[in-house]
Amino acid sequence: MLQSFKMAIKSILGNKMRSFLTMLGIIIGVAAVIILVSIVNGYMSTVMESFADMGVNQISVNVINLPSRSLDVDDTYEFYEEHTDLYDEMTPVVSISGVVKYGNDSLDATNIGGYSEDYLTIRDYKLESGRNISYSDIVSRQKVCVIGYYVAAELFGAAEDALEQTVKINGEAFKIVGVVERQDEDELEEGGSDDFVWIPYSSAVKLTRNGAVSSYIFTSISTDDTDECTGQLESFLYETFQNEDLYSVSANSEMLDSLNEQIGMMSAMLGGIAGISLLVAGVGVMNIMLVSVTERTREIGIRKALGAKRGVIMQQFVIEAAMTSSIGGVIGIVLGSVASVLVGKAMGIDSPPTFAAVVISFTVSVGIGLFFGYMPASRAAKLNPIDALRSE
Amino acid sequence: MSEPLIELKDIYKIYHMGDEEVRANDGITLNIGKGEFVAIVGKSGSGKSTLMNIIGALDVPTSGSYHLGGEDVSDMTDDQLAAIRNKMIGFIFQQYNLLPKLNLLENVELPLLYAGVGREERRDRAMESLEKVGLKEKWRNMPNQLSGGQQQRVSIARALAGDPSLILADEPTGALDSRTSREVLDFLKQLNEEGNTIVMITHDNSIAVEAKRVVRIHDGKINFDGDVNDYAAII
Repeated sequence: MLQSFKMAIKSILGNKMRSFLTMLGIIIGVAAVIILVSIVNGYMSTVMESFADMGVNQISVNVINLPSRSLDVDDTYEFYEEHTDLYDEMTPVVSISGVVKYGNDSLDATNIGGYSEDYLTIRDYKLESGRNISYSDIVSRQKVCVIGYYVAAELFGAAEDALEQTVKINGEAFKIVGVVERQDEDELEEGGSDDFVWIPYSSAVKLTRNGAVSSYIFTSISTDDTDECTGQLESFLYETFQNEDLYSVSANSEMLDSLNEQIGMMSAMLGGIAGISLLVAGVGVMNIMLVSVTERTREIGIRKALGAKRGVIMQQFVIEAAMTSSIGGVIGIVLGSVASVLVGKAMGIDSPPTFAAVVISFTVSVGIGLFFGYMPASRAAKLNPIDALRSE
Repeated sequence: MSEPLIELKDIYKIYHMGDEEVRANDGITLNIGKGEFVAIVGKSGSGKSTLMNIIGALDVPTSGSYHLGGEDVSDMTDDQLAAIRNKMIGFIFQQYNLLPKLNLLENVELPLLYAGVGREERRDRAMESLEKVGLKEKWRNMPNQLSGGQQQRVSIARALAGDPSLILADEPTGALDSRTSREVLDFLKQLNEEGNTIVMITHDNSIAVEAKRVVRIHDGKINFDGDVNDYAAII
């Protein structure tokens, strides 16, 4: 056995160029598997993070209010308060299309919306200065607002300067009571994540002159309960509307699930392609081993004449094939790991090679050597010593 | 005759070449005792190589029985034949057949390796064997660093290393000049005097007469079997 290993090393070193070219297939195959898996994983965790920012525990409800059947905000609050074991926060959502004005400055891409006092927590934002919208603001339909950092910077220059100032939203004056911390560290841009104005939903309803609220955001206490939460909401909404076409409930985690599924499919596909390249590499190993057996027919004849049994010859060639491909595998792992870190950096994602990818691709490359080395080895083992001795 | 080592009885080896049947060995019966030095002589195509393959357990006869050291070799499997070759026979080939990528010691060690002899003992016995042929000092050398005569001596050392019952030499001087041929033949004679059984295959009568007994093959049959002096008289 030890002797077979020694002989395999000798034979690999004895034919450096050929051994390297044989390995090259394995190197490329293994590196490709590692790079693809790492990039997909890195990409996935990046996407996951941004989803976590969006709030995986959020459940959005949209309804179409008819004159005959409509969902009242108070009813929704009643439902929410009955199920505080499942739901963490809740806010009505009233979107307003309009312009924010301060003096002669105006912002027309700003996201304006009416929300409850829970919204700050739902978004997981913190205040830079001032206070949040309060429950009493909502009850008394106060004309107050909380603004994003971009709005404060754009209209007032600084967060502190914005407090107690008044902006006009579609002509109505709202007093700024709070400024939210800057969200986008890279840039402040129009329509970006810092360009928003929040007002109490009750004031928003009044502003839009539209009696009913048609959107809500709930958050579940645990993402594990998402199915139960959406189910409860659906049955509650069905009671009100008696028609499934009039409402929709969607959980962010569902989107996450489907995204996961897609990424899983993508990585399986890419892995499959990389796998095919490994298969091709295996055929290359087999090819070279067959050449090697033909070239060494005489050697095999001598060994057999001196008493080498089939198993010994077999072992020698299988070990050589396995060794060639596992050396290729190790080189491929090293190159693939380095490349996946570099490519990940270039793509702006964190993509360290996964342990599983390394282990699997090494195992596969050794396996390929064993599998594709078997046929040439058994051909060598079955050589007739007389014919083998006669060959030149 | 001394205790028999090789007992061939009614050996036929028949090849089919297309529709034609070639009887390479056509009913050969031959006994060789321990300690003999026999030359098997014949022209090319006479069937002597086929006979050598059978005696060397490299091949099995189509029919007939072959006992080597009391064991029936006629219908052994590939692996059983390998074991018999390893245990009983030391080969000396015309082309030396040393492995070019192994040094002399490793070459000589090969039969011991396949016999499963441990590292230390293998090395000692191989060295001893190399010493017998006077190449102990060169054990590190590679075969291609040696002259033809030296290489043939290494192959003799390899044949001796496993301490076989039979030394089978196939045209041992075929690739050598007359002076080194002489050396090799003298060495074989010496080995025989030390008690080794030697069977030498050759097409060359001048080599055959170096043996003690000559067996001549013609068209797959034995047409002479006797003392070397009797043989010398008829050529």
